[in-house]
Amino acid sequence: MERSLTHIALFAALIAVLGLVPPLYLAGAVPITAQTLGVMLCGTVLGAKRGLLAVLLFLLLVALGLPLLSGGRGGLGVFVGPSAGFLVGFPLAAFTAGWIMERTTLPPFWAATAGGVIGGIGVMYLCGITGMAIVLNKTWAEASLLALAFLPGDVIKAVLTGLVTQSIARARPAALLARA
Amino acid sequence: MLTLTSPVETPLHRVAAGAKLAALALFTLVLFQLTTPLALGLALIAIAALYLTGGARFARHGARMLRPLWPFVALIALWHLWRDDLTAGGVILLRMTAAVAAANLVTMTTRLSDMITVLERLARPLSPVLPPRRLALAIALVIRFIPVLSDRTALLSQAWRARSARKPGWRLAAPAALAALDDAEQVAQALRARGGTG
Repeated sequence: MERSLTHIALFAALIAVLGLVPPLYLAGAVPITAQTLGVMLCGTVLGAKRGLLAVLLFLLLVALGLPLLSGGRGGLGVFVGPSAGFLVGFPLAAFTAGWIMERTTLPPFWAATAGGVIGGIGVMYLCGITGMAIVLNKTWAEASLLALAFLPGDVIKAVLTGLVTQSIARARPAALLARA
Repeated sequence: MLTLTSPVETPLHRVAAGAKLAALALFTLVLFQLTTPLALGLALIAIAALYLTGGARFARHGARMLRPLWPFVALIALWHLWRDDLTAGGVILLRMTAAVAAANLVTMTTRLSDMITVLERLARPLSPVLPPRRLALAIALVIRFIPVLSDRTALLSQAWRARSARKPGWRLAAPAALAALDDAEQVAQALRARGGTG
């Protein structure tokens, strides 16, 4: 019980800390932050259920008024803004990545990369684009054009999720709760 | 960096947190029913007036909190200029800005401890599956361990810089995650030794 709780809390903190890492700029303009890498790691390392809870705990603290989203954003406003759909996608993406990690016997790198693509791009974009379509009152196809700029960065991040999960699996095989 | 609550005391700071959150929910619901630029513009002016009751410094801080919206505002404005459909564009932009500004206003005028009190009250029906003490402990652990992990990551970054001219970037993610995993094990043991999470 205590182990679950501390893992969930520490990984919620990890998402926040990775959000402080200065973003990498793709083509000089599109920021890639390490924050969603943290979200995906919650799933691939902790597994579906604990990963989901860790991300929900992180979002709860954001809603309470802590500036933990990348760029120092936070508070209740981010949940009604145009990017709100992506925030809804965070826990679902972590759950999906964790589920893939738990249910497949692929090596950690491939399972986590697949989780990063299906959860971090598939599920995340589905939620995020739907959110933008609602807030900005555009059709789904129009809103998806806005997300397209971030696609190359998120493909890179899916591979990074795989690489980081692989090095955790090597350094602490027993700590990879998704495969425990 | 600690919280987004404004250090400038405004009259709204003294309103009960629960009342502000209920008013925010109602206001947001109403916003999504309004369809004319005039009504939405009045709603936005009302919010701006509330910001101004806190003084110029408070209002400037509030305007800064809206900065992440500007790229979307620019895109929507261009789109609707091109489509020659300014009314629809105005409705979308006014509604979005008013909704986000109102939500930010509640965040800026409510202390974290008051928010947590409201959360405890709201979470009470969930207590069979989620004991309030466990939720409180989880929140406290996150708040305590963000600076701890952040310091650890800064040390890792310095160690990297001592060895390489390049920036560490994502390479810090794996050791930072390992640090989180190790801390989680140790804190779990410490909690168990002190009688568990209750």
